[in-house]
Amino acid sequence: MPSTIRVRAVAAGDSTDVQALIQHPMDSGFVKDSDGKLIPPHYIEVLTFEHDGKVVFTALWGPAVAKDPYVKFAFKGGKSGDDLKVSWTDNLGKSDTSVAKIMG
Amino acid sequence: MRAGHLCRLAFAVAALPGLIGLTHAAAKADPAADQHAFQVYARSQFPAVPLADFGNGPYAVNAPMRKQWEEIMQFPPYDFALDEGKAAFEKPFANGRSYGDCFPNKGIGIRQTFPYFDTATGEVVTLDLAINRCREANGEKPLPYQTGLIASIDAYMAETSRGKPFDIKIPDDPRALAAYQDGKRFFYTRRGQLNFSCASCHVQAAGQRLRGDILAPAFGILAAFPIYRSDWGSMGTIDRRFTSCNSQVRSVPFKPQDKAYRDLEYFLSYMSNGVPITGPGARP
Repeated sequence: MPSTIRVRAVAAGDSTDVQALIQHPMDSGFVKDSDGKLIPPHYIEVLTFEHDGKVVFTALWGPAVAKDPYVKFAFKGGKSGDDLKVSWTDNLGKSDTSVAKIMG
Repeated sequence: MRAGHLCRLAFAVAALPGLIGLTHAAAKADPAADQHAFQVYARSQFPAVPLADFGNGPYAVNAPMRKQWEEIMQFPPYDFALDEGKAAFEKPFANGRSYGDCFPNKGIGIRQTFPYFDTATGEVVTLDLAINRCREANGEKPLPYQTGLIASIDAYMAETSRGKPFDIKIPDDPRALAAYQDGKRFFYTRRGQLNFSCASCHVQAAGQRLRGDILAPAFGILAAFPIYRSDWGSMGTIDRRFTSCNSQVRSVPFKPQDKAYRDLEYFLSYMSNGVPITGPGARP
């Protein structure tokens, strides 16, 4: 199965700019399908970015976050060639992890 | 205003030969001349836009939107669909054959030749229709139109054809000419409670705002399909755009792949000959 995570991390000076796109339905639990039945809630709860064994970014998400969410942030440190580990866990206990290389 | 003047002028010019030979003028269709006039008008509306950029719709004619789009394109929202489409395209059917066996050049780099007029069956064949006929010929169920897997497969096939200019042909066949004429009539006919034609928005008002949206010029508009529309939150095919356009002017949409829509796609793609394929696209 292809990864649900797309990451682009670019080191610029003493910090690293990170962008990520995650494929996830992010169903809130309040929407009905075409038969009028509620679509059960299914959303990412925790998203983390790890660099050099240290968590540099944590997002606590919930039902109000849009489908296929996009996130952008910067952290101090990181250099070209380093690994950046991204992982998410959702309310159904599913998860995915991906490791990206920081670009120069 | 300018478009209104042009219309009146065109009417006055057309009325003269019409008086002399009414039946002759009505029966004679000249797609090549229509295409020339269509393209000259679009280029004169947007003289600064290069031909290749017309496949980028609203971003070709609006600088602030283009800037946002360029940022979005660092992570194209259709990326996941593209992956899904490629996987489906390459996965063999139960009988061992695959999509590639149904198309010339194994289905790679051929998006710009669709839709085409099939002289054997006497009808316009779109890419979506060809995909589903391919499935049926290989014992698979046809896919639902408008969104989902069919849009993903479209996306992959379009992506392999990027940069190739639309190359739609109208064979020397009265049925092909009739299909073209039907498509043309659809495009210019006002419909719905709002009484808009396709041309009202995408020719006359192209580049202007419709609430928060910028109207894309009709010239080259299909080059970007299928599209991921943020408004939809998913992929959509040409059918999805046609049906939603029709609903928006408060008319009753046709069924996907109805003859009316296929003929419209035929006309519109023929008008855009020369514009390179940019699909899959991303639209607000």
